[in-house]
Amino acid sequence: MNFDKEFDASGLSCPLPILKTKKALADMTTGQVLKMIATDCGAVKDMQAFADQTGNPLLSQSEEGGKYIFFMQKK
Amino acid sequence: MAKKMAIIATKGTLDMAYPPFILASTAAALGYEVQVFFTFYGLQLLRKDLSDVMISPLANPAMPMPVPMPVMVQMLPGMESMATMMMKQKLKKHGVASLTELRDLCLEAEVKFIACQMTVDLFEFDKSEFIDQCEYGGAAMFLGFAGDTDICLFI
Repeated sequence: MNFDKEFDASGLSCPLPILKTKKALADMTTGQVLKMIATDCGAVKDMQAFADQTGNPLLSQSEEGGKYIFFMQKK
Repeated sequence: MAKKMAIIATKGTLDMAYPPFILASTAAALGYEVQVFFTFYGLQLLRKDLSDVMISPLANPAMPMPVPMPVMVQMLPGMESMATMMMKQKLKKHGVASLTELRDLCLEAEVKFIACQMTVDLFEFDKSEFIDQCEYGGAAMFLGFAGDTDICLFI
C-alpha cells in the first residue's frame, strides 16, 4: 500500500503508539496515508478504537514476524 | 461538541501516577477536552522534578516481587528506593513512557491541570516547585467543569 508518512513505534507500550499516531497525523493533510509499525499487541485494538473515535479510517492492519503494521488515512 | 473527561488525582506514588496521565493524554488524543484536578498527595505529580516519586512494596501486597518478601523485610531502610529503581527499570524495559514524558504529552495536547489551592496551603507548599502550566483552584471550580463531563474519575 502506498503511504505518505511512516513511523516506527516498535518497543513502545500503551499509550505511546496512539499518542504518536495522533502527533504524526497532525501535520498531514486530508486523504494522506500514515504507515505505523508497533510491537505492542495492545495497539491492535487501540488503533481500531482510535479510528472509530476520531474518524480517521484504518485502511488495513496486518502482522508480520511479531510486528503490527497499520495504514491509517487522515480524515 | 467534543466529549469531556475529568480526573481527580489524589495519589502521589509512582504506580498511582500513571493512570491519570495515561488516561488524560489518551483521551486528549481521541479529541476529548480533559481536566485533571490534583489534590492532597496528587499535588506531588505537578512538581517540576518528578524523580522523587516513589513506589513502596509496603501496603501494596499485590505488587509482583521477584521473590516473596515478608513485611518485616519491606520495612527495612532502602527498600522503597530499591523497589522504585526496579519498577523504573521495568517500565523502561517495556517501553512505557516516563511520568515526565506522559505529563509533557498531556500539556502538549492541552490537558488542563488544576492544583488544589487548599492542599498547597495545608502542606505549605512552595508554588515555585510546581510546573508553570497549572492553574490553582478549588472544588467548586473543578465541579464547574466536571458536572458537564462524559467521564469523571477519582484516582
